Amino acid sequence: MQQIVNFIIRNKTFLLFLLLFSISIFFTVQSHSYHKSKFINSANFLTGGVYNSINNISEYFHLKSQNEILAKENNRLKAILYNSQTKRNTSYIDSVTFNALYKFRTAQVIKNSYNATNNVLLVNRGIKDHIKQDFGVITDKGILGIVDQTSKNYATVLSVLNSKSNISAQLKNSNHFGTLKWDGKSHVYTQLIDIAKNAILKKGDTIITSGRSSIFPKGVLVGTINDFKLDPSENSYIINIKLFNDMANIEHVYIIENVNLPEIKKLLNE
Amino acid sequence: MNNILSIHSIRFFILVFLQVIIFNHINFLGNINPYPYILFLALFPVKNNRTAIIGLSFVLGLCIDFFLDTGGTHAAACLFIAYIRPVILKFCFGTIYEHQTIKFETVEFGSKLTYFTLLTVIHHFVLFSLEIFNISKIILVLQKTLFSGIFTILMCLLITIIFTRKTK
Repeated sequence: MQQIVNFIIRNKTFLLFLLLFSISIFFTVQSHSYHKSKFINSANFLTGGVYNSINNISEYFHLKSQNEILAKENNRLKAILYNSQTKRNTSYIDSVTFNALYKFRTAQVIKNSYNATNNVLLVNRGIKDHIKQDFGVITDKGILGIVDQTSKNYATVLSVLNSKSNISAQLKNSNHFGTLKWDGKSHVYTQLIDIAKNAILKKGDTIITSGRSSIFPKGVLVGTINDFKLDPSENSYIINIKLFNDMANIEHVYIIENVNLPEIKKLLNE
Repeated sequence: MNNILSIHSIRFFILVFLQVIIFNHINFLGNINPYPYILFLALFPVKNNRTAIIGLSFVLGLCIDFFLDTGGTHAAACLFIAYIRPVILKFCFGTIYEHQTIKFETVEFGSKLTYFTLLTVIHHFVLFSLEIFNISKIILVLQKTLFSGIFTILMCLLITIIFTRKTK
């Protein structure tokens, strides 16, 4: 017994190092698996609060360009609205049919990162605004990511530039689908893997979300094909996609809630 | 003693905040950021016991991890350099370290550069290999270590030169 105590006292630095090092490796491994980084995330009140107050100042510098982006989007939506041939039924019989399948909520990005290997964004909406895990996040130009962890006022978003996120996407002109996976190199491009070999690809083709994951509705824009090659097993294509979004300049986003998500999840788990 | 304590706790908070607010948004050439917060560990007094620096390095790394959503990578990298710091000190400063009379303001430039370089390269290598966590992407790890490392060393040297009291 005496010897064990002596051993611990003699090697206390090394043992402390070993203990803390294994704790940090544990956190690291947890952060590399999907939806597991419960303790270490920036959605807590301290880090969220700090980022919020920094953003309160820095958002003024981007006010003009963000206004232009929003005005452009309004312009596009107005054009769709007034040019549509069929008269849309704008009166709803009751509130049950309104916003039936997908609910949209606006949010503001208060921390953006695009240069790390696993990029996580922070938005200023949380449990208080009924944001939950696995809600989709888009901008006016296209897809952005999936909600990961939430706190009372903030939520973290796994961006498409994250090696953890797997989002189902497809070609716009055919129904060949694959998975979006980022290779960690450039924030302008992302990769679409597992596209069947017989798909007809052309440079500049549009990629949209497939709606299979039930997080995003079908047809959210992702990007255009930049180049493509067969994977090493020669069974499927790996496509390099140029994203529509400028990941470095993002401020106003929309969070999508699929109202039927719990039902779909329950059905799939049975 | 009290003076040293207050200096180092202020330095801790200032470095964490500078890292989060400024240095993480530089994005030089697209994706190169410096991590000069390791200055806290580099300039920690040599005399103090090793348990303190290992505990503090864990707290420092965890603070950065919370802000950057990186899990435990910064904590692990900080712990690693805190643990092997005595070896590096002995290698870089030799006899001055043996006599426990080291003062970072007065050591010559060459050995200080070696000291920062070794610490930074080891820290960045552990950091990026844990962050990427994929042995097949070792080239990417080395590339990031090199570019970010050069930037960090430059920032560390600049900060130490600017904030050193002139001794006559």
